[in-house]
Amino acid sequence: MTIREIQEALDAQFLYGEELAELDADFVFSADMMSDVLAFGSKCSVLMTGLCNPQVVRTAEMLDIVCIIFVRGKMPDEHMLTLAMDKGIAILATEHYMFTACGILYEHGLRGGA
Amino acid sequence: MSDQLIFTYVIDGDDFTRAGEASSSVKNKLKMIGVDSDVIRRVAIAMYEGEINMVIHANGGVITVTISDTDITMVLADSGPGIPDIDKAMQEGYSTAREEVRSLGFGAGMGLPNMKRYTDEMHIDTVLGTGTTITMKVNL
Ligand SMILES: Nc1ncnc2c1ncn2[C@@H]1O[C@H](COP(=O)(O)OP(=O)(O)O)[C@@H](O)[C@H]1O
Ligand SMILES: [Mg+2]
Repeated sequence: MTIREIQEALDAQFLYGEELAELDADFVFSADMMSDVLAFGSKCSVLMTGLCNPQVVRTAEMLDIVCIIFVRGKMPDEHMLTLAMDKGIAILATEHYMFTACGILYEHGLRGGA
Repeated sequence: MSDQLIFTYVIDGDDFTRAGEASSSVKNKLKMIGVDSDVIRRVAIAMYEGEINMVIHANGGVITVTISDTDITMVLADSGPGIPDIDKAMQEGYSTAREEVRSLGFGAGMGLPNMKRYTDEMHIDTVLGTGTTITMKVNL
Protein backbone atom coordinates (compact mmCIF):
# COMPACT_ATOMS: atom_id res chain seq x y z
CA MET A 1 0.00 0.00 0.00
CA THR A 2 1.28 3.49 -0.71
CA ILE A 3 1.23 6.37 1.76
CA ARG A 4 -1.45 7.99 -0.43
CA GLU A 5 -3.66 4.89 -0.16
CA ILE A 6 -3.20 4.91 3.63
CA GLN A 7 -4.16 8.57 3.73
CA GLU A 8 -7.33 7.93 1.71
CA ALA A 9 -8.32 4.86 3.72
CA LEU A 10 -8.05 6.77 6.99
CA ASP A 11 -9.58 10.04 5.72
CA ALA A 12 -6.33 11.50 6.93
CA GLN A 13 -4.76 14.84 6.29
CA PHE A 14 -1.23 15.25 4.94
CA LEU A 15 0.54 17.59 7.36
CA TYR A 16 3.83 17.04 5.62
CA GLY A 17 5.21 14.93 2.80
CA GLU A 18 2.70 14.72 -0.02
CA GLU A 19 5.69 14.33 -2.29
CA LEU A 20 6.40 11.05 -0.47
CA ALA A 21 2.86 9.79 -1.15
CA GLU A 22 3.85 7.14 -3.69
CA LEU A 23 6.29 5.42 -1.31
CA ASP A 24 5.35 1.88 -0.34
CA ALA A 25 4.54 1.18 3.28
CA ASP A 26 3.68 -2.40 4.18
CA PHE A 27 4.29 -2.89 7.87
CA VAL A 28 2.80 -0.80 10.65
CA PHE A 29 3.63 -0.55 14.34
CA SER A 30 1.10 1.10 16.67
CA ALA A 31 2.00 2.23 20.18
CA ASP A 32 2.16 5.17 22.53
CA MET A 33 5.32 3.98 24.28
CA MET A 34 8.31 4.87 22.14
CA SER A 35 10.53 2.28 23.82
CA ASP A 36 8.12 -0.40 22.60
CA VAL A 37 8.41 1.00 19.10
CA LEU A 38 12.20 0.96 19.38
CA ALA A 39 12.13 -2.61 20.72
CA PHE A 40 9.71 -4.21 18.30
CA GLY A 41 9.13 -1.87 15.37
CA SER A 42 12.48 -2.07 13.63
CA LYS A 43 11.03 -3.88 10.59
CA CYS A 44 8.18 -1.41 10.16
CA SER A 45 7.88 1.50 7.79
CA VAL A 46 4.82 3.16 9.36
CA LEU A 47 4.34 4.31 12.96
CA MET A 48 0.81 4.92 14.23
CA THR A 49 0.52 6.66 17.59
CA GLY A 50 -1.62 8.81 19.84
CA LEU A 51 1.47 10.35 21.42
CA CYS A 52 2.41 13.75 20.08
CA ASN A 53 5.86 15.13 20.96
CA PRO A 54 9.20 15.57 19.15
CA GLN A 55 10.49 12.22 20.40
CA VAL A 56 7.92 10.49 18.21
CA VAL A 57 9.65 11.94 15.16
CA ARG A 58 13.07 11.11 16.60
CA THR A 59 12.00 7.52 17.24
CA ALA A 60 10.73 7.24 13.67
CA GLU A 61 14.01 8.66 12.42
CA MET A 62 16.09 6.08 14.28
CA LEU A 63 14.03 3.25 12.75
CA ASP A 64 14.00 4.63 9.18
CA ILE A 65 10.23 4.89 9.34
CA VAL A 66 8.78 6.71 6.29
CA CYS A 67 5.37 7.75 7.64
CA ILE A 68 3.89 8.70 11.02
CA ILE A 69 0.12 8.58 11.52
CA PHE A 70 -1.29 10.60 14.43
CA VAL A 71 -4.68 9.31 15.58
CA ARG A 72 -7.52 10.93 17.56
CA GLY A 73 -6.99 14.26 15.84
CA LYS A 74 -3.60 14.86 17.49
CA MET A 75 -1.80 17.74 15.81
CA PRO A 76 2.00 17.99 15.80
CA ASP A 77 3.41 21.48 16.31
CA GLU A 78 5.70 23.45 13.98
CA HIS A 79 8.83 22.09 15.61
CA MET A 80 7.76 18.49 15.01
CA LEU A 81 6.81 19.21 11.42
CA THR A 82 10.15 20.90 10.77
CA LEU A 83 11.91 17.87 12.20
CA ALA A 84 9.85 15.55 9.99
CA MET A 85 10.63 17.67 6.96
CA ASP A 86 14.30 17.59 7.80
CA LYS A 87 14.23 13.78 8.04
CA GLY A 88 11.92 13.17 5.08
CA ILE A 89 9.16 11.53 7.10
CA ALA A 90 5.56 11.94 5.91
CA ILE A 91 3.07 13.03 8.57
CA LEU A 92 -0.61 12.07 8.48
CA ALA A 93 -3.33 13.03 10.95
CA THR A 94 -6.65 11.19 11.26
CA GLU A 95 -9.67 11.69 13.50
CA HIS A 96 -10.06 7.92 13.94
CA TYR A 97 -9.13 6.34 17.27
CA MET A 98 -6.21 3.93 17.29
CA PHE A 99 -8.26 0.71 17.25
CA THR A 100 -10.40 1.82 14.34
CA ALA A 101 -7.45 3.15 12.37
CA CYS A 102 -5.59 -0.15 12.86
CA GLY A 103 -8.69 -2.09 11.80
CA ILE A 104 -9.09 -0.08 8.62
CA LEU A 105 -5.46 -0.58 7.61
CA TYR A 106 -5.61 -4.29 8.46
CA GLU A 107 -8.66 -4.64 6.23
CA HIS A 108 -6.65 -3.04 3.47
CA GLY A 109 -4.00 -5.72 3.81
CA LEU A 110 -1.41 -3.96 5.96
CA ARG A 111 0.22 -6.04 8.67
CA GLY A 112 2.32 -5.56 11.80
CA GLY A 113 6.05 -6.14 11.50
CA ALA A 114 7.06 -9.65 12.57
CA MET B 1 44.87 0.56 13.96
CA SER B 2 44.46 2.79 10.91
CA ASP B 3 41.81 5.46 10.49
CA GLN B 4 39.66 6.19 13.50
CA LEU B 5 36.93 8.77 13.76
CA ILE B 6 35.94 10.13 17.16
CA PHE B 7 32.89 12.27 17.91
CA THR B 8 31.97 13.75 21.27
CA TYR B 9 28.59 15.10 22.35
CA VAL B 10 27.57 16.91 25.53
CA ILE B 11 24.01 15.97 26.43
CA ASP B 12 21.85 18.60 28.14
CA GLY B 13 19.98 17.04 31.03
CA ASP B 14 17.30 19.71 31.18
CA ASP B 15 15.94 19.57 27.67
CA PHE B 16 13.89 16.49 26.83
CA THR B 17 12.84 18.10 23.55
CA ARG B 18 16.41 18.02 22.26
CA ALA B 19 17.21 14.50 23.47
CA GLY B 20 18.15 12.46 20.44
CA GLU B 21 20.02 15.16 18.56
CA ALA B 22 23.36 13.46 19.21
CA SER B 23 22.05 10.09 18.02
CA SER B 24 20.61 11.77 14.96
CA SER B 25 23.96 13.39 14.20
CA VAL B 26 25.78 10.06 14.50
CA LYS B 27 23.20 8.45 12.25
CA ASN B 28 23.86 11.07 9.57
CA LYS B 29 27.61 10.69 9.84
CA LEU B 30 27.43 6.90 9.50
CA LYS B 31 25.19 7.32 6.47
CA MET B 32 27.71 9.65 4.86
CA ILE B 33 30.55 7.23 5.51
CA GLY B 34 28.46 4.55 3.79
CA VAL B 35 27.97 2.16 6.73
CA ASP B 36 25.44 -0.66 6.17
CA SER B 37 21.91 0.58 6.93
CA ASP B 38 21.14 -2.28 9.31
CA VAL B 39 24.22 -1.45 11.36
CA ILE B 40 23.28 2.23 11.35
CA ARG B 41 19.80 1.44 12.65
CA ARG B 42 21.19 -0.69 15.48
CA VAL B 43 23.70 1.99 16.50
CA ALA B 44 21.05 4.71 16.29
CA ILE B 45 18.49 2.85 18.41
CA ALA B 46 21.00 1.83 21.09
CA MET B 47 22.54 5.28 21.34
CA TYR B 48 19.14 7.00 21.34
CA GLU B 49 17.92 4.86 24.26
CA GLY B 50 21.14 5.65 26.11
CA GLU B 51 20.83 9.34 25.33
CA ILE B 52 17.23 9.40 26.59
CA ASN B 53 18.30 7.59 29.77
CA MET B 54 20.99 10.21 30.38
CA VAL B 55 18.35 12.93 30.19
CA ILE B 56 15.61 11.25 32.23
CA HIS B 57 17.73 9.46 34.84
CA ALA B 58 21.08 11.24 35.12
CA ASN B 59 20.72 14.93 34.25
CA GLY B 60 22.79 14.66 31.09
CA GLY B 61 26.32 13.54 30.35
CA VAL B 62 28.87 13.02 27.61
CA ILE B 63 28.74 10.56 24.71
CA THR B 64 31.84 9.58 22.78
CA VAL B 65 31.49 7.61 19.57
CA THR B 66 34.51 5.96 17.97
CA ILE B 67 34.35 4.51 14.49
CA SER B 68 37.17 2.15 13.59
CA ASP B 69 37.67 -0.33 10.77
CA THR B 70 36.15 -3.11 12.80
CA ASP B 71 33.46 -1.58 15.00
CA ILE B 72 31.53 1.38 16.31
CA THR B 73 31.97 2.00 20.02
CA MET B 74 29.71 4.28 22.06
CA VAL B 75 30.70 5.38 25.55
CA LEU B 76 27.97 7.14 27.52
CA ALA B 77 29.25 8.71 30.71
CA ASP B 78 27.13 10.57 33.25
CA SER B 79 27.46 11.92 36.78
CA GLY B 80 23.99 10.83 37.80
CA PRO B 81 22.80 8.79 40.77
CA GLY B 82 24.17 5.46 39.51
CA ILE B 83 22.24 2.19 39.18
CA PRO B 84 21.74 0.30 42.47
CA ASP B 85 20.94 -3.11 40.94
CA ILE B 86 22.10 -3.68 37.37
CA ASP B 87 20.41 -7.08 36.99
CA LYS B 88 17.09 -5.55 37.95
CA ALA B 89 17.61 -2.54 35.69
CA MET B 90 18.31 -4.87 32.77
CA GLN B 91 14.93 -6.62 33.13
CA GLU B 92 12.33 -5.73 30.52
CA GLY B 93 9.66 -3.58 32.10
CA TYR B 94 11.68 -2.47 35.13
CA SER B 95 11.65 1.31 35.43
CA THR B 96 11.97 3.96 38.09
CA ALA B 97 10.90 6.69 35.65
CA ARG B 98 8.43 9.28 36.89
CA GLU B 99 4.87 9.42 35.56
CA GLU B 100 5.76 12.58 33.67
CA VAL B 101 8.39 10.68 31.69
CA ARG B 102 5.88 7.93 30.88
CA SER B 103 3.46 10.45 29.51
CA LEU B 104 6.22 11.47 27.09
CA GLY B 105 6.44 7.91 25.74
CA PHE B 106 9.44 6.64 27.69
CA GLY B 107 9.86 4.88 31.02
CA ALA B 108 8.56 1.51 29.77
CA GLY B 109 11.65 -0.18 31.15
CA MET B 110 12.77 -1.30 27.69
CA GLY B 111 15.76 1.01 27.22
CA LEU B 112 18.63 -1.00 28.69
CA PRO B 113 17.27 -4.30 27.27
CA ASN B 114 16.98 -2.60 23.87
CA MET B 115 20.54 -1.35 24.11
CA LYS B 116 21.70 -4.89 24.78
CA ARG B 117 19.47 -6.34 22.05
CA TYR B 118 20.83 -4.09 19.32
CA THR B 119 24.53 -4.15 20.15
CA ASP B 120 27.18 -6.88 20.05
CA GLU B 121 28.71 -5.93 23.39
CA MET B 122 27.47 -3.85 26.29
CA HIS B 123 29.08 -3.11 29.61
CA ILE B 124 27.76 -1.03 32.52
CA ASP B 125 30.08 0.59 35.07
CA THR B 126 28.19 2.31 37.83
CA VAL B 127 28.97 3.81 41.22
CA LEU B 128 26.12 4.97 43.45
CA GLY B 129 26.15 8.71 43.91
CA THR B 130 28.97 9.13 41.38
CA GLY B 131 27.67 8.13 37.99
CA THR B 132 27.29 5.55 35.27
CA THR B 133 29.35 4.73 32.21
CA ILE B 134 27.84 2.47 29.59
CA THR B 135 30.02 1.12 26.80
CA MET B 136 28.38 -0.42 23.73
CA LYS B 137 29.98 -1.91 20.67
CA VAL B 138 28.51 -2.78 17.28
CA ASN B 139 30.77 -4.80 14.97
CA LEU B 140 31.19 -3.74 11.37
N1 LIG C 1 22.19 6.50 33.17
C1 LIG C 1 21.45 6.05 34.19
N2 LIG C 1 21.64 6.57 35.45
C2 LIG C 1 20.92 6.11 36.50
N3 LIG C 1 19.96 5.15 36.40
C3 LIG C 1 19.73 4.62 35.19
C4 LIG C 1 20.44 5.04 34.02
N4 LIG C 1 20.00 4.32 32.98
C5 LIG C 1 19.04 3.50 33.45
N5 LIG C 1 18.88 3.66 34.79
C6 LIG C 1 17.97 2.90 35.68
O1 LIG C 1 17.62 1.69 35.06
C7 LIG C 1 16.21 1.61 34.89
C8 LIG C 1 15.88 0.89 33.60
O2 LIG C 1 16.33 1.64 32.48
P1 LIG C 1 15.60 1.44 31.08
O3 LIG C 1 15.61 -0.01 30.75
O4 LIG C 1 16.20 2.36 30.09
O5 LIG C 1 14.10 1.83 31.38
P2 LIG C 1 13.42 3.27 31.54
O6 LIG C 1 14.37 4.30 31.07
O7 LIG C 1 12.22 3.15 30.70
O8 LIG C 1 13.09 3.42 32.98
C9 LIG C 1 15.73 3.04 34.92
O9 LIG C 1 14.38 3.17 35.29
C10 LIG C 1 16.67 3.64 35.96
O10 LIG C 1 16.25 3.32 37.27
MG1 LIG D 1 15.30 4.17 29.25
